[in-house]
Amino acid sequence: MTDTRWINAVLTSARPRVVAALLRHFRDLDMAEEACQEACLRALRLWPTQGPPRDAAAWLIMVGRNAAIDATRRQRRLTALPDEDSISDLSDNEVATVERVDAADYRDDILRLLFVCCHPELPATQQIALALRIVSGLSVAQIARAFLVSEAAMEQRITRAKRRIGGANVPFEAPGAVERSERIAAVAGVIYLLFNEGYTSDVVEHGARAVLCEEGIRLGRLLLHLFSTEPEIQALLALMLLQHARADTRFDTDGNAVLLPNQDRSRWNMKLIAEGLALVDKAFRHRRPGPYQVQAAIAALHGRAARAEDTDWAQIALLYGALERMQPSPVITLNRAVAVSKADGPAAALAMIEPLADQLDGYFYFHGARGAFLLELERTTEAKVAFDRAIALANTPAEAAHIRLQLDRLAGSARSGNMKKENAKNS
Amino acid sequence: MQYAILCYHDENVVCAWSKEHDEAVMAKLAVVQEKAARAGKLGPVARLLPTTAATTLRKDREPPIIIDGPFAETKEHLLGFYIYEAENLDEVLGFARELAEVNPGGSYEIRPVGLFRDGKQP
Repeated sequence: MTDTRWINAVLTSARPRVVAALLRHFRDLDMAEEACQEACLRALRLWPTQGPPRDAAAWLIMVGRNAAIDATRRQRRLTALPDEDSISDLSDNEVATVERVDAADYRDDILRLLFVCCHPELPATQQIALALRIVSGLSVAQIARAFLVSEAAMEQRITRAKRRIGGANVPFEAPGAVERSERIAAVAGVIYLLFNEGYTSDVVEHGARAVLCEEGIRLGRLLLHLFSTEPEIQALLALMLLQHARADTRFDTDGNAVLLPNQDRSRWNMKLIAEGLALVDKAFRHRRPGPYQVQAAIAALHGRAARAEDTDWAQIALLYGALERMQPSPVITLNRAVAVSKADGPAAALAMIEPLADQLDGYFYFHGARGAFLLELERTTEAKVAFDRAIALANTPAEAAHIRLQLDRLAGSARSGNMKKENAKNS
Repeated sequence: MQYAILCYHDENVVCAWSKEHDEAVMAKLAVVQEKAARAGKLGPVARLLPTTAATTLRKDREPPIIIDGPFAETKEHLLGFYIYEAENLDEVLGFARELAEVNPGGSYEIRPVGLFRDGKQP
């Protein structure tokens, strides 16, 4: 069998569990990572001829442990352990022991590993880089590409993060209920951050950064497997799936951003949407609302609308209102205003955002939305001022292009408006 | 005799497939399926969403309760099934082997079907 893709898929999916178990065993991130690496190399060498073991994760954990012990003994110039062929030939008895030991701690092992990478002492960029390196097993080069930095810089960032964690005290006993839920929340936050790093990227970078969205979803699935009855984790995965379902339609062939109302909905990924909708339904049944559930519900309403004009904006405005109460923020108010403008018209929306002018003065979307509301109200001079301000604040060429389109429309409507006036005078 | 072919695999592994790999496997499976369909042997085919999207109605108690996830926590998860018309077990096993050739890993569980509805309106 020359095709090793199946091995790679098995190794990728087993990795979090293997590194997590090895981390508990060695209590050292570097050793755990190296042991896992060694076990994976042996798998790539042995599985094509021997076939895959019945339980790949248990095999990798056992081989990883032995390999690390072997290496330590070699360093001490003691007799080496038996060669890899006999290590790989694990008796069912040994495998069963590993299985029994690890199944009990599996959940907390992986949560600990994720939590170690998402350690609150680390800055967000380091948390994400570490999670991608350790949990997902991406290469430093891949991560560097996704973050648009050099490989050396990323290597340094990861090394620094590891050193910082080495100094921090990570408790290895099973966490209590409160601590567990705090860990879940911290990990969920970093997973969504990671997803958004990929999602908010420009199209030029999108190829390299799409991997971030995919890894975010994969880690979300992993977390949900561990805590399958947590509505916020169900909703987190739903939110990412529903947003990722639109990925292919968010940019046109010239790389310009295509806004939600103009996206080709026939090209949305209906499989992802179906899964997202099912998860939202499951989450809401628990009647324990939370911010991810509200955001997922908003994404679900967009996903359910077959045409842009079918969107239930009144419901979306209500949901943003709920989100505002949970996490008060001017940006959420701005989003609610956009929904209100669709449901109740631009006047109500404009009134909602005027008080935010000071707080959001440096925010591209504020001036873009304000310009759009003013344009709808035919206050064209003020609209132009707002759009000019927005274009100066645009973060990407796509954002600037979108505003320029609005300005062109404005110029067009001003011309036709003048013509109407001229015609009125002449008649 | 009709047989159901139940497709088991570790969904963590299947979810770790790249989009390209997934599409390639589905395309190869479609070729096998089409041959069986042309022979009039193939019934409805389904691929199920991940078990994290599953909800179970536990009706072993009164009143029944609804729980998250699949009924059983196992290493391999039911990811889909086929309905296949065959004379006997050997024949349905032959079809399953053809499928396995293009989609190795996991296992297929084969059971006779007791009740079958094709979902069509009368």
